[in-house]
Amino acid sequence: MSDVVLATQGLKKSFGALTATDDVSTDLRAGEIHAVIGPNGAGKSTLIGQICGGIVPDAGRVELLGRDVTALSTAERARAGLGRTFQISALAMEDSVLENVLLGAIGAMSRAGRLFGGFDGDLQSRAERALERVGLVDVSATRCADLSHGQRRQLEVAVALTLAPKAFVMDEPMAGLGADGSKTMTGFLDGLRSEAPILLVEHDMDAVFALADRISVLVYGRIVATGTVDEIRRSPEVRDAYLGDTA
Amino acid sequence: MIAERYVNLAVLIGFIALPLWALSADEPFTITLATRAAILALAAVGLNIALGIGGLVSLGHAVFFGLGGYAMGILAFHAQTFSPLELGPLSTAGTKSMPVIWVVAVVISALAAWVIGLLSLRTSGVYFIMITLAFGQMFFYFAISWGAYGGEDGLSIYLRNAFPGLNTLVPIQFFAITFVSLCLALLVQWRLRASPFGLALNAARQVPQRVEAVGLNPMRLKLVAFVISGAITGLAGALFADLNRFVSPTMFSWQLSGELIILIIIGGVGRLFGPVIGAALFVALEHWLGGLTEFWLVWLGAILLLIVLFARGGVIGLLTGKAGPHV
Repeated sequence: MSDVVLATQGLKKSFGALTATDDVSTDLRAGEIHAVIGPNGAGKSTLIGQICGGIVPDAGRVELLGRDVTALSTAERARAGLGRTFQISALAMEDSVLENVLLGAIGAMSRAGRLFGGFDGDLQSRAERALERVGLVDVSATRCADLSHGQRRQLEVAVALTLAPKAFVMDEPMAGLGADGSKTMTGFLDGLRSEAPILLVEHDMDAVFALADRISVLVYGRIVATGTVDEIRRSPEVRDAYLGDTA
Repeated sequence: MIAERYVNLAVLIGFIALPLWALSADEPFTITLATRAAILALAAVGLNIALGIGGLVSLGHAVFFGLGGYAMGILAFHAQTFSPLELGPLSTAGTKSMPVIWVVAVVISALAAWVIGLLSLRTSGVYFIMITLAFGQMFFYFAISWGAYGGEDGLSIYLRNAFPGLNTLVPIQFFAITFVSLCLALLVQWRLRASPFGLALNAARQVPQRVEAVGLNPMRLKLVAFVISGAITGLAGALFADLNRFVSPTMFSWQLSGELIILIIIGGVGRLFGPVIGAALFVALEHWLGGLTEFWLVWLGAILLLIVLFARGGVIGLLTGKAGPHV
Protein backbone atom coordinates (compact mmCIF):
# COMPACT_ATOMS: atom_id res chain seq x y z
CA MET A 1 0.00 0.00 0.00
CA SER A 2 1.22 3.47 -0.80
CA ASP A 3 0.72 4.86 2.70
CA VAL A 4 2.78 2.16 4.39
CA VAL A 5 5.76 3.81 6.09
CA LEU A 6 7.27 0.85 7.93
CA ALA A 7 6.71 -2.84 7.25
CA THR A 8 8.04 -6.19 8.36
CA GLN A 9 7.67 -9.33 6.29
CA GLY A 10 8.10 -12.79 7.76
CA LEU A 11 10.48 -11.76 10.52
CA LYS A 12 11.83 -14.78 12.31
CA LYS A 13 14.35 -14.99 15.11
CA SER A 14 15.32 -17.93 17.27
CA PHE A 15 17.67 -18.09 20.24
CA GLY A 16 18.62 -21.76 20.41
CA ALA A 17 15.42 -23.74 20.85
CA LEU A 18 13.41 -20.61 21.68
CA THR A 19 11.60 -18.95 18.79
CA ALA A 20 11.29 -15.31 19.80
CA THR A 21 9.53 -14.08 16.66
CA ASP A 22 7.93 -16.38 14.14
CA ASP A 23 6.92 -15.10 10.71
CA VAL A 24 5.96 -11.63 11.95
CA SER A 25 4.50 -9.50 9.18
CA THR A 26 3.00 -6.17 10.07
CA ASP A 27 3.01 -2.58 8.92
CA LEU A 28 2.72 1.01 10.07
CA ARG A 29 0.77 3.45 7.95
CA ALA A 30 1.02 7.21 7.67
CA GLY A 31 -0.78 9.09 10.44
CA GLU A 32 -1.56 6.08 12.61
CA ILE A 33 -0.55 4.65 15.93
CA HIS A 34 -0.19 0.90 15.64
CA ALA A 35 0.18 -0.75 19.04
CA VAL A 36 1.84 -4.11 19.57
CA ILE A 37 0.72 -5.77 22.77
CA GLY A 38 1.37 -9.14 24.29
CA PRO A 39 2.39 -10.87 27.50
CA ASN A 40 5.94 -10.79 28.85
CA GLY A 41 8.20 -12.99 26.75
CA ALA A 42 5.94 -12.69 23.68
CA GLY A 43 8.83 -11.37 21.57
CA LYS A 44 8.03 -7.65 21.56
CA SER A 45 11.56 -6.53 22.44
CA THR A 46 13.03 -8.93 19.89
CA LEU A 47 10.69 -7.51 17.28
CA ILE A 48 11.78 -3.95 18.10
CA GLY A 49 15.41 -5.06 17.99
CA GLN A 50 14.92 -6.47 14.51
CA ILE A 51 13.05 -3.39 13.27
CA CYS A 52 15.52 -0.85 14.69
CA GLY A 53 18.68 -2.89 14.18
CA GLY A 54 20.81 -4.61 16.77
CA ILE A 55 19.13 -8.00 16.32
CA VAL A 56 19.69 -9.68 12.96
CA PRO A 57 16.63 -11.69 11.88
CA ASP A 58 17.10 -15.31 10.80
CA ALA A 59 14.59 -14.68 8.02
CA GLY A 60 12.35 -11.91 6.75
CA ARG A 61 12.84 -8.26 5.97
CA VAL A 62 12.21 -4.77 7.28
CA GLU A 63 11.17 -1.97 4.93
CA LEU A 64 11.15 1.73 5.62
CA LEU A 65 9.34 3.83 3.02
CA GLY A 66 9.58 0.91 0.62
CA ARG A 67 13.34 0.56 1.05
CA ASP A 68 14.75 -2.70 2.38
CA VAL A 69 16.70 -1.71 5.51
CA THR A 70 17.23 -5.23 6.89
CA ALA A 71 20.96 -5.15 6.25
CA LEU A 72 21.47 -1.65 7.64
CA SER A 73 22.97 -0.94 11.05
CA THR A 74 21.01 0.77 13.82
CA ALA A 75 22.68 4.09 13.03
CA GLU A 76 21.95 3.77 9.31
CA ARG A 77 18.29 3.00 10.02
CA ALA A 78 18.11 6.06 12.27
CA ARG A 79 19.57 8.18 9.46
CA ALA A 80 17.02 6.62 7.10
CA GLY A 81 14.25 7.96 9.32
CA LEU A 82 13.58 5.60 12.20
CA GLY A 83 13.26 7.30 15.58
CA ARG A 84 13.10 5.04 18.61
CA THR A 85 12.65 5.33 22.34
CA PHE A 86 13.84 2.75 24.83
CA GLN A 87 11.94 0.80 27.46
CA ILE A 88 14.58 1.72 30.03
CA SER A 89 15.63 5.33 29.49
CA ALA A 90 18.89 5.37 27.54
CA LEU A 91 20.11 8.85 28.35
CA ALA A 92 23.51 10.33 29.12
CA MET A 93 22.95 10.72 32.85
CA GLU A 94 26.03 12.86 33.48
CA ASP A 95 24.95 15.38 30.84
CA SER A 96 22.34 18.09 30.96
CA VAL A 97 18.88 17.80 29.43
CA LEU A 98 19.91 20.18 26.65
CA GLU A 99 23.03 18.13 25.90
CA ASN A 100 20.91 15.00 25.57
CA VAL A 101 18.63 16.56 22.98
CA LEU A 102 21.60 18.19 21.28
CA LEU A 103 22.93 14.68 20.75
CA GLY A 104 19.82 13.88 18.77
CA ALA A 105 20.19 17.10 16.80
CA ILE A 106 23.83 16.24 16.08
CA GLY A 107 22.77 12.83 14.82
CA ALA A 108 20.09 14.36 12.63
CA MET A 109 22.33 17.04 11.16
CA SER A 110 25.74 15.42 11.30
CA ARG A 111 28.10 15.66 8.44
CA ALA A 112 31.72 14.69 9.03
CA GLY A 113 33.00 18.28 9.03
CA ARG A 114 30.15 19.60 11.10
CA LEU A 115 30.99 17.35 14.04
CA PHE A 116 34.13 19.38 14.65
CA GLY A 117 32.51 22.79 14.35
CA GLY A 118 30.60 24.62 17.02
CA PHE A 119 27.03 24.31 18.25
CA ASP A 120 25.49 26.56 15.64
CA GLY A 121 22.00 28.03 15.65
CA ASP A 122 20.47 25.14 13.68
CA LEU A 123 21.55 22.56 16.26
CA GLN A 124 20.48 24.72 19.19
CA SER A 125 17.09 25.63 17.75
CA ARG A 126 16.30 22.03 16.77
CA ALA A 127 17.16 20.88 20.31
CA GLU A 128 15.24 23.68 21.98
CA ARG A 129 12.16 23.06 19.81
CA ALA A 130 12.13 19.42 20.94
CA LEU A 131 12.38 20.47 24.59
CA GLU A 132 9.53 22.94 24.13
CA ARG A 133 7.38 20.20 22.60
CA VAL A 134 7.73 17.94 25.63
CA GLY A 135 7.71 20.77 28.18
CA LEU A 136 11.25 20.41 29.50
CA VAL A 137 12.59 23.86 28.65
CA ASP A 138 12.63 24.92 32.30
CA VAL A 139 14.98 22.06 33.22
CA SER A 140 17.23 22.25 30.14
CA ALA A 141 20.32 22.96 32.27
CA THR A 142 19.53 20.20 34.79
CA ARG A 143 21.66 17.10 34.85
CA CYS A 144 19.74 14.17 33.47
CA ALA A 145 20.51 12.15 36.62
CA ASP A 146 18.59 14.74 38.66
CA LEU A 147 15.38 14.41 36.63
CA SER A 148 12.32 12.56 37.84
CA HIS A 149 11.43 9.30 36.13
CA GLY A 150 8.57 10.96 34.28
CA GLN A 151 10.83 13.72 32.99
CA ARG A 152 13.30 11.12 31.75
CA ARG A 153 10.51 9.42 29.79
CA GLN A 154 9.64 12.79 28.26
CA LEU A 155 13.28 13.40 27.45
CA GLU A 156 13.45 10.00 25.70
CA VAL A 157 10.71 11.18 23.36
CA ALA A 158 12.35 14.60 22.94
CA VAL A 159 15.60 13.02 21.75
CA ALA A 160 13.69 10.98 19.16
CA LEU A 161 11.82 14.13 18.11
CA THR A 162 15.06 15.95 17.22
CA LEU A 163 15.59 13.39 14.45
CA ALA A 164 12.35 14.45 12.75
CA PRO A 165 11.88 10.76 11.89
CA LYS A 166 9.64 9.24 9.23
CA ALA A 167 8.40 6.69 11.80
CA PHE A 168 8.63 6.33 15.55
CA VAL A 169 9.19 3.01 17.28
CA MET A 170 8.41 3.44 20.95
CA ASP A 171 9.13 0.78 23.53
CA GLU A 172 6.83 1.25 26.50
CA PRO A 173 6.94 5.05 26.77
CA MET A 174 4.52 4.84 29.74
CA ALA A 175 6.76 2.44 31.68
CA GLY A 176 6.96 3.49 35.32
CA LEU A 177 4.74 6.54 34.89
CA GLY A 178 1.94 7.19 37.36
CA ALA A 179 -1.64 7.86 36.31
CA ASP A 180 -1.03 11.57 35.71
CA GLY A 181 2.22 11.01 33.86
CA SER A 182 0.63 8.37 31.71
CA LYS A 183 -2.27 10.68 30.87
CA THR A 184 0.09 13.50 29.91
CA MET A 185 2.20 11.20 27.74
CA THR A 186 -0.93 9.77 26.11
CA GLY A 187 -2.06 13.26 25.15
CA PHE A 188 1.36 14.09 23.80
CA LEU A 189 1.66 10.94 21.66
CA ASP A 190 -1.83 11.51 20.34
CA GLY A 191 -0.68 14.83 18.90
CA LEU A 192 2.52 13.33 17.55
CA ARG A 193 0.92 10.91 15.09
CA SER A 194 0.31 13.68 12.56
CA GLU A 195 4.08 14.22 12.30
CA ALA A 196 5.08 10.60 11.97
CA PRO A 197 3.26 7.33 12.61
CA ILE A 198 4.09 5.46 15.80
CA LEU A 199 4.69 1.75 16.30
CA LEU A 200 3.88 1.53 19.98
CA VAL A 201 4.84 -1.37 22.22
CA GLU A 202 3.02 -0.82 25.48
CA HIS A 203 1.66 -2.65 28.51
CA ASP A 204 -0.58 0.19 29.69
CA MET A 205 -3.88 -0.95 28.18
CA ASP A 206 -5.70 2.31 28.98
CA ALA A 207 -3.10 4.17 26.94
CA VAL A 208 -3.18 1.61 24.15
CA PHE A 209 -6.97 1.70 23.86
CA ALA A 210 -6.95 5.49 23.96
CA LEU A 211 -4.26 5.90 21.33
CA ALA A 212 -4.16 2.99 18.92
CA ASP A 213 -5.75 3.03 15.49
CA ARG A 214 -4.78 -0.62 15.12
CA ILE A 215 -3.52 -3.19 17.56
CA SER A 216 -1.50 -6.32 16.87
CA VAL A 217 -1.33 -9.00 19.52
CA LEU A 218 1.91 -10.93 19.78
CA VAL A 219 1.86 -14.24 21.62
CA TYR A 220 4.77 -16.70 21.69
CA GLY A 221 6.41 -14.82 18.83
CA ARG A 222 3.41 -14.92 16.49
CA ILE A 223 0.87 -12.23 15.71
CA VAL A 224 -2.42 -13.84 16.68
CA ALA A 225 -4.66 -10.91 15.80
CA THR A 226 -4.57 -7.46 14.21
CA GLY A 227 -7.47 -5.07 14.19
CA THR A 228 -9.05 -1.94 15.54
CA VAL A 229 -9.45 -1.41 19.25
CA ASP A 230 -13.02 -2.75 19.17
CA GLU A 231 -12.08 -5.78 17.12
CA ILE A 232 -9.26 -6.63 19.50
CA ARG A 233 -11.44 -6.08 22.57
CA ARG A 234 -14.06 -8.46 21.15
CA SER A 235 -11.65 -11.10 19.97
CA PRO A 236 -12.10 -14.24 22.13
CA GLU A 237 -8.67 -15.46 21.05
CA VAL A 238 -7.02 -12.30 22.34
CA ARG A 239 -9.03 -12.42 25.57
CA ASP A 240 -7.85 -15.95 26.15
CA ALA A 241 -4.27 -15.32 25.27
CA TYR A 242 -3.63 -11.94 26.86
CA LEU A 243 -6.34 -9.48 27.82
CA GLY A 244 -8.56 -11.63 30.01
CA ASP A 245 -11.26 -9.52 31.64
CA THR A 246 -9.43 -6.19 31.32
CA ALA A 247 -10.88 -5.60 27.87
CA MET B 1 34.91 26.08 45.17
CA ILE B 2 37.09 27.96 42.72
CA ALA B 3 36.03 28.38 39.08
CA GLU B 4 37.92 25.87 36.94
CA ARG B 5 39.21 28.52 34.56
CA TYR B 6 41.02 30.32 37.40
CA VAL B 7 42.70 27.09 38.48
CA ASN B 8 43.69 26.42 34.87
CA LEU B 9 45.09 29.93 34.53
CA ALA B 10 47.05 29.57 37.78
CA VAL B 11 48.55 26.27 36.56
CA LEU B 12 49.49 27.83 33.25
CA ILE B 13 51.13 30.82 34.95
CA GLY B 14 52.95 28.50 37.35
CA PHE B 15 54.23 26.43 34.43
CA ILE B 16 55.71 29.55 32.85
CA ALA B 17 56.89 31.20 36.07
CA LEU B 18 58.88 28.27 37.45
CA PRO B 19 61.31 27.90 34.51
CA LEU B 20 61.65 31.69 34.26
CA TRP B 21 62.56 31.82 37.95
CA ALA B 22 64.97 28.92 37.41
CA LEU B 23 66.53 30.81 34.52
CA SER B 24 67.11 33.89 36.63
CA ALA B 25 68.39 31.78 39.54
CA ASP B 26 70.67 29.80 37.22
CA GLU B 27 68.97 26.48 38.01
CA PRO B 28 68.94 24.70 34.62
CA PHE B 29 68.00 21.37 36.21
CA THR B 30 64.69 22.85 37.39
CA ILE B 31 64.01 23.91 33.80
CA THR B 32 64.68 20.34 32.70
CA LEU B 33 62.25 19.10 35.34
CA ALA B 34 59.60 21.51 34.04
CA THR B 35 60.32 20.30 30.50
CA ARG B 36 59.88 16.68 31.59
CA ALA B 37 56.59 17.61 33.28
CA ALA B 38 55.40 19.43 30.13
CA ILE B 39 56.18 16.40 27.95
CA LEU B 40 54.51 13.93 30.31
CA ALA B 41 51.53 16.31 30.49
CA LEU B 42 51.42 16.36 26.68
CA ALA B 43 51.35 12.55 26.57
CA ALA B 44 48.66 12.48 29.23
CA VAL B 45 46.59 15.13 27.39
CA GLY B 46 46.65 12.71 24.47
CA LEU B 47 45.47 9.83 26.63
CA ASN B 48 42.90 12.06 28.34
CA ILE B 49 41.07 12.52 25.02
CA ALA B 50 40.59 8.76 24.75
CA LEU B 51 40.19 7.99 28.45
CA GLY B 52 38.64 11.12 29.88
CA ILE B 53 36.11 11.91 27.17
CA GLY B 54 35.77 8.55 25.42
CA GLY B 55 36.12 6.32 28.49
CA LEU B 56 38.76 4.19 26.75
CA VAL B 57 41.04 2.83 29.46
CA SER B 58 44.04 2.12 27.27
CA LEU B 59 46.86 0.26 28.96
CA GLY B 60 48.83 0.41 25.74
CA HIS B 61 49.34 4.11 25.12
CA ALA B 62 53.06 3.61 25.63
CA VAL B 63 52.97 2.15 22.11
CA PHE B 64 52.44 5.63 20.69
CA PHE B 65 54.89 7.22 23.11
CA GLY B 66 57.49 4.63 22.06
CA LEU B 67 56.73 4.98 18.36
CA GLY B 68 57.23 8.74 18.63
CA GLY B 69 60.46 8.13 20.49
CA TYR B 70 61.77 5.58 18.00
CA ALA B 71 60.73 7.78 15.06
CA MET B 72 63.03 10.41 16.49
CA GLY B 73 65.74 7.92 17.44
CA ILE B 74 65.88 6.16 14.08
CA LEU B 75 65.79 9.31 11.95
CA ALA B 76 68.41 11.05 14.10
CA PHE B 77 70.58 7.91 14.29
CA HIS B 78 70.82 7.67 10.51
CA ALA B 79 71.50 11.37 10.24
CA GLN B 80 74.30 11.31 12.83
CA THR B 81 75.93 8.16 11.44
CA PHE B 82 75.50 9.26 7.81
CA SER B 83 74.01 5.86 7.04
CA PRO B 84 71.02 5.66 4.72
CA LEU B 85 67.68 4.48 6.07
CA GLU B 86 66.35 1.92 3.58
CA LEU B 87 62.60 1.65 3.37
CA GLY B 88 62.03 -0.80 0.55
CA PRO B 89 62.71 1.09 -2.68
CA LEU B 90 63.00 4.37 -0.78
CA SER B 91 66.15 5.56 0.88
CA THR B 92 66.64 8.56 3.17
CA ALA B 93 69.58 9.97 5.03
CA GLY B 94 67.53 10.52 8.20
CA THR B 95 67.09 13.97 9.69
CA LYS B 96 67.98 16.12 12.67
CA SER B 97 65.10 18.50 12.05
CA MET B 98 62.57 18.47 14.89
CA PRO B 99 59.55 19.57 12.80
CA VAL B 100 60.20 16.79 10.26
CA ILE B 101 60.64 14.24 13.05
CA TRP B 102 57.40 15.42 14.69
CA VAL B 103 55.46 14.96 11.46
CA VAL B 104 56.82 11.43 11.09
CA ALA B 105 56.14 10.64 14.77
CA VAL B 106 52.58 11.96 14.58
CA VAL B 107 51.75 10.16 11.31
CA ILE B 108 53.20 6.82 12.44
CA SER B 109 51.49 7.03 15.84
CA ALA B 110 48.18 7.97 14.24
CA LEU B 111 48.41 5.06 11.81
CA ALA B 112 49.27 2.66 14.62
CA ALA B 113 46.40 4.02 16.70
CA TRP B 114 44.05 3.51 13.77
CA VAL B 115 45.06 -0.15 13.34
CA ILE B 116 45.14 -0.88 17.09
CA GLY B 117 41.87 1.00 17.58
CA LEU B 118 40.12 -0.88 14.78
CA LEU B 119 40.94 -4.17 16.49
CA SER B 120 40.69 -3.10 20.15
CA LEU B 121 37.45 -1.15 19.90
CA ARG B 122 35.57 -4.31 19.01
CA THR B 123 35.92 -5.06 22.70
CA SER B 124 35.12 -3.04 25.78
CA GLY B 125 35.81 -2.96 29.51
CA VAL B 126 38.45 -5.31 30.80
CA TYR B 127 38.93 -6.90 27.36
CA PHE B 128 39.79 -3.51 25.88
CA ILE B 129 42.33 -2.99 28.66
CA MET B 130 43.86 -6.42 28.01
CA ILE B 131 44.05 -6.08 24.23
CA THR B 132 45.72 -2.67 24.43
CA LEU B 133 48.12 -4.10 27.02
CA ALA B 134 48.86 -6.97 24.63
CA PHE B 135 49.70 -4.53 21.83
CA GLY B 136 51.98 -2.65 24.20
CA GLN B 137 53.83 -5.83 25.12
CA MET B 138 54.18 -6.79 21.44
CA PHE B 139 55.91 -3.50 20.66
CA PHE B 140 57.98 -3.70 23.86
CA TYR B 141 59.39 -7.13 23.04
CA PHE B 142 59.89 -6.21 19.40
CA ALA B 143 61.99 -3.19 20.46
CA ILE B 144 64.03 -5.37 22.82
CA SER B 145 64.89 -7.73 20.00
CA TRP B 146 65.47 -5.00 17.38
CA GLY B 147 69.27 -5.18 17.39
CA ALA B 148 69.72 -2.70 14.54
CA TYR B 149 68.53 0.08 16.85
CA GLY B 150 70.11 -0.92 20.11
CA GLY B 151 67.79 -3.70 21.19
CA GLU B 152 67.53 -3.87 24.95
CA ASP B 153 70.23 -1.21 25.43
CA GLY B 154 68.37 1.43 23.45
CA LEU B 155 69.77 4.07 21.17
CA SER B 156 71.72 7.20 22.09
CA ILE B 157 71.55 10.41 20.09
CA TYR B 158 74.64 12.57 20.49
CA LEU B 159 73.10 15.97 19.89
CA ARG B 160 69.59 17.23 20.45
CA ASN B 161 67.75 17.76 17.18
CA ALA B 162 67.41 21.20 15.67
CA PHE B 163 64.49 23.62 15.51
CA PRO B 164 64.69 26.56 13.09
CA GLY B 165 65.63 29.77 14.86
CA LEU B 166 66.22 28.20 18.28
CA ASN B 167 69.13 26.62 20.11
CA THR B 168 67.50 23.49 21.46
CA LEU B 169 70.49 22.75 23.70
CA VAL B 170 69.60 25.78 25.81
CA PRO B 171 67.16 24.35 28.40
CA ILE B 172 64.76 27.30 28.43
CA GLN B 173 64.46 27.25 24.64
CA PHE B 174 63.73 23.53 24.55
CA PHE B 175 61.24 24.07 27.39
CA ALA B 176 59.52 26.74 25.26
CA ILE B 177 59.09 24.20 22.43
CA THR B 178 57.55 21.60 24.72
CA PHE B 179 55.36 24.17 26.48
CA VAL B 180 53.97 25.53 23.21
CA SER B 181 53.31 21.94 22.06
CA LEU B 182 51.46 21.30 25.33
CA CYS B 183 49.37 24.47 24.90
CA LEU B 184 48.44 23.47 21.34
CA ALA B 185 47.43 19.99 22.53
CA LEU B 186 45.32 21.56 25.30
CA LEU B 187 43.69 23.75 22.66
CA VAL B 188 42.87 20.62 20.61
CA GLN B 189 41.43 18.89 23.68
CA TRP B 190 39.36 21.95 24.60
CA ARG B 191 38.00 22.35 21.07
CA LEU B 192 37.19 18.64 20.85
CA ARG B 193 35.37 18.58 24.16
CA ALA B 194 33.39 21.70 23.31
CA SER B 195 32.42 20.43 19.85
CA PRO B 196 29.49 18.26 18.77
CA PHE B 197 32.07 15.50 18.35
CA GLY B 198 33.06 15.80 22.03
CA LEU B 199 29.44 15.72 23.15
CA ALA B 200 28.73 12.66 21.01
CA LEU B 201 31.92 10.92 22.18
CA ASN B 202 31.05 11.62 25.81
CA ALA B 203 27.58 10.18 25.20
CA ALA B 204 29.09 7.15 23.43
CA ARG B 205 30.98 6.43 26.66
CA GLN B 206 27.76 6.56 28.69
CA VAL B 207 25.01 5.22 26.40
CA PRO B 208 26.33 3.81 23.12
CA GLN B 209 22.88 2.41 22.25
CA ARG B 210 21.42 5.93 22.34
CA VAL B 211 24.22 7.29 20.16
CA GLU B 212 23.46 4.59 17.59
CA ALA B 213 19.76 5.32 17.81
CA VAL B 214 20.34 8.93 16.76
CA GLY B 215 22.29 7.85 13.69
CA LEU B 216 25.89 8.09 14.90
CA ASN B 217 28.41 5.26 15.01
CA PRO B 218 29.89 5.02 18.54
CA MET B 219 32.81 2.89 17.40
CA ARG B 220 33.78 5.40 14.71
CA LEU B 221 33.61 8.25 17.22
CA LYS B 222 35.86 6.32 19.60
CA LEU B 223 38.25 5.40 16.81
CA VAL B 224 38.68 9.03 15.76
CA ALA B 225 39.32 9.96 19.39
CA PHE B 226 41.80 7.09 19.75
CA VAL B 227 43.72 8.20 16.64
CA ILE B 228 43.92 11.84 17.76
CA SER B 229 44.92 10.61 21.21
CA GLY B 230 47.66 8.35 19.81
CA ALA B 231 49.02 11.10 17.56
CA ILE B 232 49.40 13.55 20.47
CA THR B 233 51.03 10.90 22.66
CA GLY B 234 53.37 10.07 19.76
CA LEU B 235 54.46 13.70 19.55
CA ALA B 236 55.18 13.61 23.29
CA GLY B 237 57.31 10.50 22.74
CA ALA B 238 59.43 12.28 20.12
CA LEU B 239 59.97 15.23 22.47
CA PHE B 240 60.75 12.92 25.41
CA ALA B 241 63.39 11.12 23.35
CA ASP B 242 64.86 14.48 22.40
CA LEU B 243 64.90 15.59 26.02
CA ASN B 244 66.89 12.52 27.06
CA ARG B 245 68.70 12.11 23.72
CA PHE B 246 68.01 8.46 24.22
CA VAL B 247 65.33 5.95 23.28
CA SER B 248 64.87 2.49 24.73
CA PRO B 249 62.22 -0.24 24.89
CA THR B 250 61.06 1.14 28.27
CA MET B 251 59.22 3.81 26.30
CA PHE B 252 56.92 0.97 25.18
CA SER B 253 56.54 -0.53 28.66
CA TRP B 254 53.18 -1.13 30.30
CA GLN B 255 54.49 0.68 33.36
CA LEU B 256 54.66 3.85 31.31
CA SER B 257 51.09 3.32 30.10
CA GLY B 258 50.08 2.88 33.73
CA GLU B 259 51.92 6.04 34.77
CA LEU B 260 50.03 8.06 32.16
CA ILE B 261 46.74 6.77 33.56
CA ILE B 262 47.91 7.61 37.10
CA LEU B 263 48.80 11.17 36.05
CA ILE B 264 45.30 11.67 34.71
CA ILE B 265 43.61 10.17 37.76
CA ILE B 266 45.66 12.35 40.11
CA GLY B 267 44.94 15.50 38.10
CA GLY B 268 41.31 14.77 37.17
CA VAL B 269 39.95 12.40 34.54
CA GLY B 270 38.43 14.20 31.57
CA ARG B 271 39.30 17.64 32.93
CA LEU B 272 41.20 19.97 30.61
CA PHE B 273 44.11 20.64 32.96
CA GLY B 274 43.87 17.34 34.84
CA PRO B 275 46.83 15.81 32.97
CA VAL B 276 48.90 18.98 33.45
CA ILE B 277 48.36 19.04 37.21
CA GLY B 278 48.93 15.28 37.40
CA ALA B 279 52.19 15.46 35.45
CA ALA B 280 53.47 18.45 37.46
CA LEU B 281 52.71 16.70 40.76
CA PHE B 282 54.22 13.45 39.52
CA VAL B 283 57.50 15.07 38.48
CA ALA B 284 57.63 17.14 41.67
CA LEU B 285 57.06 14.05 43.83
CA GLU B 286 59.52 12.03 41.78
CA HIS B 287 62.15 14.70 42.35
CA TRP B 288 61.53 15.74 45.95
CA LEU B 289 60.33 12.48 47.46
CA GLY B 290 62.78 10.54 45.30
CA GLY B 291 65.55 12.60 46.90
CA LEU B 292 64.35 11.67 50.37
CA THR B 293 63.68 7.98 49.89
CA GLU B 294 64.09 5.40 47.20
CA PHE B 295 60.62 4.12 48.16
CA TRP B 296 58.92 7.30 46.92
CA LEU B 297 56.54 5.26 44.74
CA VAL B 298 54.96 3.93 47.94
CA TRP B 299 53.97 7.51 48.79
CA LEU B 300 52.72 8.04 45.26
CA GLY B 301 50.60 4.92 45.69
CA ALA B 302 49.19 6.28 48.95
CA ILE B 303 48.28 9.57 47.27
CA LEU B 304 46.63 7.72 44.41
CA LEU B 305 44.68 5.63 46.90
CA LEU B 306 43.44 8.71 48.74
CA ILE B 307 42.39 10.38 45.50
CA VAL B 308 40.53 7.34 44.21
CA LEU B 309 38.78 6.87 47.56
CA PHE B 310 37.99 10.46 48.47
CA ALA B 311 38.44 12.69 45.42
CA ARG B 312 37.13 11.02 42.29
CA GLY B 313 37.58 14.24 40.32
CA GLY B 314 41.30 14.34 41.17
CA VAL B 315 43.06 17.46 42.40
CA ILE B 316 41.11 19.66 40.00
CA GLY B 317 37.84 18.13 41.17
CA LEU B 318 38.81 18.88 44.79
CA LEU B 319 39.44 22.51 43.92
CA THR B 320 36.60 23.18 41.49
CA GLY B 321 33.90 20.55 42.03
CA LYS B 322 32.21 18.69 39.19
CA ALA B 323 32.95 19.41 35.55
CA GLY B 324 30.73 21.94 33.81
CA PRO B 325 28.52 21.22 30.79
CA HIS B 326 29.77 21.09 27.20
CA VAL B 327 27.51 23.89 26.03
